[in-house]
This record gives sequence, structure tokens and C-alpha cells, in this order.
Amino acid sequence: MSDRITASSDEQAPLLKIRDLQVGFQTTEGVVPAVRGVDLTLMPGQTLAIVGESGSGKSTTAHAIINLLPGPGRITGGSIEFDGKELTKYSEKEMEEIRGKLIGFVPQDPMSNLNPVWSIGFQVEETIRANGIATGRKEVRAHAIQVLREAGLADADKRLKQFPHQFSGGMRQRVLIGIGLSSRPKLLIADEPTSALDVTVQRRILDHLETLTRDIGTAVLFITHDLGLAAERAEQLVVMYKGKIVEAGPSKEILQNPIHPYTQRLVAAAPSLASRRIQSATHESATHALSDLDYAPTSVTEGLDLIAAAEQRLEHLPTTKRPDAIVVKDLTKVYKIRGQGRGASGEVIASDKVNFSVEKGTTTALVGESGSGKSTVARMILRLEDPTSGSIMIDGQDVAPLKGKQLLDLRRRMQPVFQDPYGSLDPLRNIGNTIGEPLHTHKVGDRTSRKERVLELLDQVALPQSLITRYPNELSGGQRQRVAIARALALKPDVVILDEAVSALDVLVQAQILKLLADLQAELELTYLFITHDLAVVRVIADNVCVMQKGRIVEAASTDDVFDNPQEQYTKELLNAIPGAGITLGV
Amino acid sequence: MAGYIFRRILQAIPVLLGTTFLIYFMVFAMPGDPLLALFGDKTPNPALLERLRQEYHLDQPFIVQYFLYLGGILRGDFGTSFSGEPVSAILARTFPVTIRLAIMALFIEFVGGVLIGLVSGLRKGKLFDASALVVSLIFISLPIFVIAFVGQFIFGIQLGWARTTVSSGAPIQDLILPAFVLASITFAQIVRLTRASVIETQSLDFVRTAYGKGLTRRRIIPVHILRNSLIPVVTYAATDFGVLLVGATVTEGIFNVPGVGRTLYQAIIRGEGPTVVSFVTVMVLIYLVVNLVVDLLYGLLDPRIRYVK
Repeated sequence: MSDRITASSDEQAPLLKIRDLQVGFQTTEGVVPAVRGVDLTLMPGQTLAIVGESGSGKSTTAHAIINLLPGPGRITGGSIEFDGKELTKYSEKEMEEIRGKLIGFVPQDPMSNLNPVWSIGFQVEETIRANGIATGRKEVRAHAIQVLREAGLADADKRLKQFPHQFSGGMRQRVLIGIGLSSRPKLLIADEPTSALDVTVQRRILDHLETLTRDIGTAVLFITHDLGLAAERAEQLVVMYKGKIVEAGPSKEILQNPIHPYTQRLVAAAPSLASRRIQSATHESATHALSDLDYAPTSVTEGLDLIAAAEQRLEHLPTTKRPDAIVVKDLTKVYKIRGQGRGASGEVIASDKVNFSVEKGTTTALVGESGSGKSTVARMILRLEDPTSGSIMIDGQDVAPLKGKQLLDLRRRMQPVFQDPYGSLDPLRNIGNTIGEPLHTHKVGDRTSRKERVLELLDQVALPQSLITRYPNELSGGQRQRVAIARALALKPDVVILDEAVSALDVLVQAQILKLLADLQAELELTYLFITHDLAVVRVIADNVCVMQKGRIVEAASTDDVFDNPQEQYTKELLNAIPGAGITLGV
Repeated sequence: MAGYIFRRILQAIPVLLGTTFLIYFMVFAMPGDPLLALFGDKTPNPALLERLRQEYHLDQPFIVQYFLYLGGILRGDFGTSFSGEPVSAILARTFPVTIRLAIMALFIEFVGGVLIGLVSGLRKGKLFDASALVVSLIFISLPIFVIAFVGQFIFGIQLGWARTTVSSGAPIQDLILPAFVLASITFAQIVRLTRASVIETQSLDFVRTAYGKGLTRRRIIPVHILRNSLIPVVTYAATDFGVLLVGATVTEGIFNVPGVGRTLYQAIIRGEGPTVVSFVTVMVLIYLVVNLVVDLLYGLLDPRIRYVK
């Protein structure tokens, strides 16, 4: 498969040449292989993306290059040749000379990759000093400011003394990019550098990274789980699955004609790509003939194809006007914050006169960046927080005065699913008890009927019944989110509030959950309020979209209208931020 | 910062009032007449007894006694012990000895504990780590008086390196052995705490990133691993300083140190209200100051919780 890459190379010597790389993790049961024979070649100045789901070995491959493997990880075979030098034979001491200086590294999560107890300036300066880029206090400082400015921190000189917690996620990632590029390395390893960030921030940061690396002439090894993003940002793609490369070649070729079943599944499941395709389909014909596209679903992509899921959802959609399940009027939430130092107290308007309604059996998406107030609205609808003013009607009933038993009744009809499938399940309760808990709380049925219902729910969310006695830590992220959905469905609610319910999942799992949600909606006539920062997902799942910015709804329309004819600049920005927006697909 | 310290000092006032009141009440409620006990088997002269009662305000109701005592403290008068010595003089004589002992113990346990804990954590699972864990477990499970007697026997009698009892005036060289004994238990805790903290910090993302930046291990260990790992250890060690003051009672008894522990014990037995309350008040004060210092230290080590300026 790698011949496609080597064929494209000219006389230039490759910067990075990996041959038959094997990485294993030492455990008590022996060595578990994580990377099983990876070959890849990266030319100077080129960008190559490694795509795969978590556990595919993509990050391990990247870490192996500069020997940053965690404790029990060892390179067990193969070669890594960088600039003509064999890195696998390097001692730790020699590797210290390579790291930071010749090969820069930008890690995944900006929140955990800066030391919280040292100032930003300190952490940039120590890098500059360690790599011998500048010496002497003043020069080092000047260089640090320059590095941060380049990375997009305009007021770097003033912010050097600040600590990581005083920076937003996007700003921290800029700092990390600045650190990674501070010594003008020949190669930059970017390990999912933006997957923890909002899409709009992601776009700005990656644009910036692209410009910077092009100017410096740095080659980039880009690790991501999003095929759309990879194809947009890299000329060459390598798709990894279970420690092996299953497909490699020029990005566009792979995207338009994926050969390996796994790649086909990734193409089918990537919301960014699906939303593009749905988009072009609606443009060409008035009917939603989505599956007449370049890419036809096969048995390989069964249950993963977002387009099929979207289409199927549309078929089941009620054609006649239905009563509104949720009506939100002038919903406002003001948080009082205690003054920082000056003794002044301020107010934050998290939600500012928000109006929208959701028709029964349909899906409305509330879209916005973090801090836009979308989750606050969700929490108020769930009555987890009281609004400052405004009203919420569920099935024509004002929820504000509800108390005690009436409130419990409301909760039964309206259930939440939250973002973090790890944090939202009690680790000390088995799956059966977790799913059955709402039944117990609301005193529905007896022991046997509850158990039957739990088994039925496990079927509904396509989990094996044997999971009933298992515990959350034995389940994967996707399975946990299915459990959370089953729990939400236990009381047969009418309304389900999905607060970033698929944002933390890998694309393939995300696709499965989106499909599951679509199936359940058709089957149970559920009303969804879908909260997300990712418009690409919205294209697949939602009928109507409300775009929120700074506590206000700036645009509300049907999904087709929002995508075809966005009115607000902010909506356009969000749309442009969908990865893959710049790719022309052969449709 | 100054405002924060001022607020903390204001908060200390009700705490001090509450503790002194409680202690005073408990001493008052103790059974038996302290003056009669003072005379032992002898029958006291009623006139003398009456005079003493008046002198120590023991004829007044409890609440009056308490406020008289408080008023005295405000004038710098901590009262008089039954032996006729002003309580302030006893305080001035005993506290420096115990504080010296506690600081020495704190220094030993902190420096030793952190060093051994750090090496243990960095070499998790190796021989050094395993032996450190076993030794610390032994220290944790042994009662302090056993450690004290063994210490006296080995270093005092067999090797003759230290004196088994402390001479009057408690010079530093005499306090070294008691300080080691006093430090031993917390020392083991600090080894374990540091070790666990170092192991956890080592696996954090920013440490990997530090390697990725091209830093050497020699720099990463003190700058990125040790400093972050110290946060819980410092909190523990500093609050432990207060415990050391109290815990010194047993050690002081064994080594015959003329410190707080022994004096306070005798005062409690004799039911000397003012002496007991004064000692406890000073201890509470030390606790409060130590707590404040810990909180300020914490902010110094961890900028995320640095107090609003």
C-alpha cells in the first residue's frame, strides 16, 4: 500500500522513513503489540496525516519516533530513519538532542499539557534555553515573545508572567504550538492538536499552523481521528487500524476511492464528510436522494453510514404539523459573579431572551461554541437550574411552578444524556442497576418487570443482555454512551435532551450512536434537543437549528436553510469551520 | 494579600474565644477541689485556704472566673500557677524548647522523607523502592515509645553517640536523638506520600510534553516532577507541625525534655485552670498561624489557588 507514497517522491531524500515499525507494551501477560509493522515516508516540508480510531496505534507510532512511549512501551522491531539517522539506536541522551530541536511535538490536550505551576513565559523560555536557540536572559525572553507572537498571541509580552489556567484552551494550544516550533524543527509531530477545541478555534489554529510550517519549511506528521480533517490538512494520508496501515496514499484519492473496508467505514462515518455530501445532494435535487452519491453504502459500512441514517430519519419524519413539545420564551439566565479584586461584582448573561420551539417527534439542534450558553439553556429546560426570567413549556405545561410529585412527573417525560460517558455513570453500580435506577426512583413496576424492561432497553440500544451484571469500567466509551441512552429511555420519555452526547466519541462510535438515536426517534417518536458545537453532526441529525452566540440565538431556521443560506456571519464561520469544507468531492 | 491575612486574623478571634472557653469550662468541671488536692494529706488552714481561693478567684462563679482570666490575658497577665510562678514565665521557659524540638523533627522528616520518597517514586518497583516501603511500614506500625527506647538503647547506650536524657536548657545536640524519634512516624508517612505523588505526576501529560520539548531528565525531575509532587506533601508536613507539638508529650517524657508536654500534663493533673488554658491558648494560636502559613505556602506552590490580590 505504501507504494503509492514512494512513487510520488522525487529525487529528494526523505526526511522520515519508517520501515516495519513494531511497538509493544510490556504487561504481566507478556508483550501486547500496539504497532505491527508500520511503513511510512515523509518528504521534507510535506504534511502527512495518520488517521485512525483510538487504539489504532496512530499516537503510539508518533510517540515512538521521538521515544516518548509511556513506561511499559518499547520499540520491538523495525527502523525509524530521520534525516538519514537511525533513531531506534539512539540513547536517551542522544534523543534529548533531537527532541525539541529537530523534531517538535504538539500534544493533544492543551488543558493537561502545560505545567499548571509554572508561568507560560517560564515554560517557553526553558524550551528555548534547552535547545540552545538563544542564551542570556534578555535574548531568551525576546525569543519567547517572538515565538508566542508567531503562534498567534499578539499580547505575548504582557502575558508571559501569566499561568496556564489564565489562558483559554485555544490560547494554550497556541502556546504549545509556539513551543513545538520554537527551534524551527525539520519535523513537527502534531498529535490531535485540536480535538479538544471548538470547531471554529480548531480551524483558526490549524490555518495558522499551516501558514507557520509552510513559512519555516517544517514537515508535519499530523495525527487525527477525523478523516475529513486529515484530508483537508495533509497531502498524504495513512489510515491505521489495529496497529497496521490499511491504506496509504494521496488524501484526495483515498477520500474519493477508499479501497479498504475500514477506510470506507471512516469515510461513511465522518460527520464532516457526510454533511458535505448531504449538502451537495440537496443542491442537485429537491428530493433527498442521498444515497445516489459517489459512495454507496455496503455491508462493510452497515450501521455506520451517516447518510443512510440521515435519509432514514427523514423518511420517518412526520409530514403534518405536530404540536410543540418544547416552547421556550424569553429565557434568560444571569449569573452574578464576585468581583475579582476591585470589589466590584459583575453579571454574566449566560442566556439572553432565548426563544425557540421544538415540534413533537423532531430534532432541534442548539449550536454554538463553548461559553455560548447552550448548555445553560439545556440545564434550565431540565429544571436543573432556575431561569432568571422567561418561561419553559413542555407539552403545553409551564414547568416553573412544578414541585414535588409534579416535578417528578416532568422528569419522567424528559430525560438527559450528557457528554462524558465516563463521568455520567456511577462506577460502583452495575449496568443493570444503572439503567434500572430511574424505574426504581419513579416506582415503576416490580422487580421482575423492571428487570424485563432493562433487558428490553439493552436490546433497544443494541447492547448484549449479558452486560447487565458488568460495571462501567469494563465498557468502552461507545458502550457507556449506549448505557446512558438506555437509562434515559427507561421511563419512556417524550423528550430527550442530548448535551454534546456524541462529542467525546470516536467517529465510528459517533456514527453508530447517531444512527441509534435516529432509529430510536423513528421507533419511539422522540423529541430531541441536540446540543453541540459541531455543525457537521447537526446536518445528519437535526431538522431545525438554533445558532447561539454569547447567550443569544443569532440564527434559527431549518437545517437545510442554515446550510444553504446562512444569514449571519457567525453561522458562516461555523459552517466554514467544518473540516473538509475546502475539499471538493467528486460528486 | 495583606487584606487576606487581615481577614484570616479576624477569623481567628472567635476560634480563640471558643477554644479558651471550652478548655476553661472543662478544667472547671473537673471533679475535686484543686486547692485541697494541693495540700495532699495535710489538713489545710481554713484562713489560708480562703485567702488562696480569693487570690485565684476560685470563689467566683465560673463565668466571672473566665472573664477575669480573659481580661488578664489582654493586659498580658496569664495568671499565676499554684506554685506561685507566673504562667507567662512557664510559657516562656517551655515553649521554646518544644518548638525547637518540633522544628528539628519537621526538618528531619521533610528533607529525609521527600528525598527518599522522590527516589522511591522515580524507581518504582526497584530494590530501593521496595526496601523504603518496608522500612516505612515498620516505622508506621511501631508505637513511638518503642522507637524511643530502641533509639536510646542503640545510640545512647551501645554506641554512646547521644545522651539518653536531655540536660536542662535543652541544648540542640541533646535534642537530636529525640527529634529523630519524634520525626520517625511522620517521616514514614512523608516517604509514602511523596512516592505516590511523584509516581502520579510522572505520568501526567505535561511531563511527557517536557520531554518532547527537548528538556533533559535532570531538569525535568526537579522542575516539573518534584515541584508539582510537593504540593500535597507540604500541606501534610506543615499541618503536622501542630501535631508534633502535641505528640511531643510522650517523647518529652521519655527523654526528660523540659518542654510543653510534661508541664501541661502536670498542670492538668493539678487542675490548674489558668496554666492549662494558657498552654492550650498558645497551642491554638500556633495552630492558627501554621494553618495560615500553609495556605499561603500552598498558593506559592500552586498558582491556580493563589489568593486574589
